[in-house]
Amino acid sequence: MNKYNPPRMNPSSLRSRFATRFLRSLSKINAKKPTASSSSPTEIFRRYRRIKVAADKSMAYSVRSRRTWSRAMLWKLRTRPCCRRSVKTSTIVRKTRHEKQNKNTTTTTGEDGVVFGVEADELRELVPGGEAMDLYNLLDETAHYIKCLTTQVQVMKKIADFYSP
Amino acid sequence: MSSRRSRSRQSTGSRITDDQIIDLVSKLQQLIPELRGRRSDKVSASKVLQETCNYIRNLHREVDGLSDRLSQLLASTETDSDQAAIIRSLIME
Repeated sequence: MNKYNPPRMNPSSLRSRFATRFLRSLSKINAKKPTASSSSPTEIFRRYRRIKVAADKSMAYSVRSRRTWSRAMLWKLRTRPCCRRSVKTSTIVRKTRHEKQNKNTTTTTGEDGVVFGVEADELRELVPGGEAMDLYNLLDETAHYIKCLTTQVQVMKKIADFYSP
Repeated sequence: MSSRRSRSRQSTGSRITDDQIIDLVSKLQQLIPELRGRRSDKVSASKVLQETCNYIRNLHREVDGLSDRLSQLLASTETDSDQAAIIRSLIME
């Protein structure tokens, strides 16, 4: 992922990878809509959920397994209850592994001592996979996660503005 | 100034120094719009973490709002033919 934007188009930047994937998902979602009730509140809500999942999936796939947070997000997405494939056995196996990992969480020592720990725990809940990270990795992953989230928001804004009347 | 080192439970067993943590915290601070301009010694680490949490929550909320907006906009459009134009304008940015 580039830290600065080169003057011309970079086809392998996170932004373009995400945009391409997300737009592809959007057209798939759009193609599925039943023409009779495409504007009913239920349909809109269903579409909203699908779009939200598509946005997270596109982002996670654009980062692949290079980051702990993206791996955690991909795992979460694959084991959603509404997924068609039955992943019950693998869920149990992974749960045990995760439980073992959680026992290794360190106390977050730092200059501010205990106070630091409370905010770090809050952060752990917000960043995917944060529960099993030590403080160093948590901060590192958070920085990358924020960069990706801002890209996601920027691209989605552009798309929404494009389709706005 | 203490030269105390805090050990972290990484699989490599490497020690993480306080300085490295401080570096990461100031790196985070630069990413958060509210704290970006301020000097890193004037902003406490716990404040940075707090603001980071708020910022992430805001971003999540923005994504939700945009998904909602898109779900309503898509109700009345075809996407295929416009895709190329969008992608080009997005990436050229």
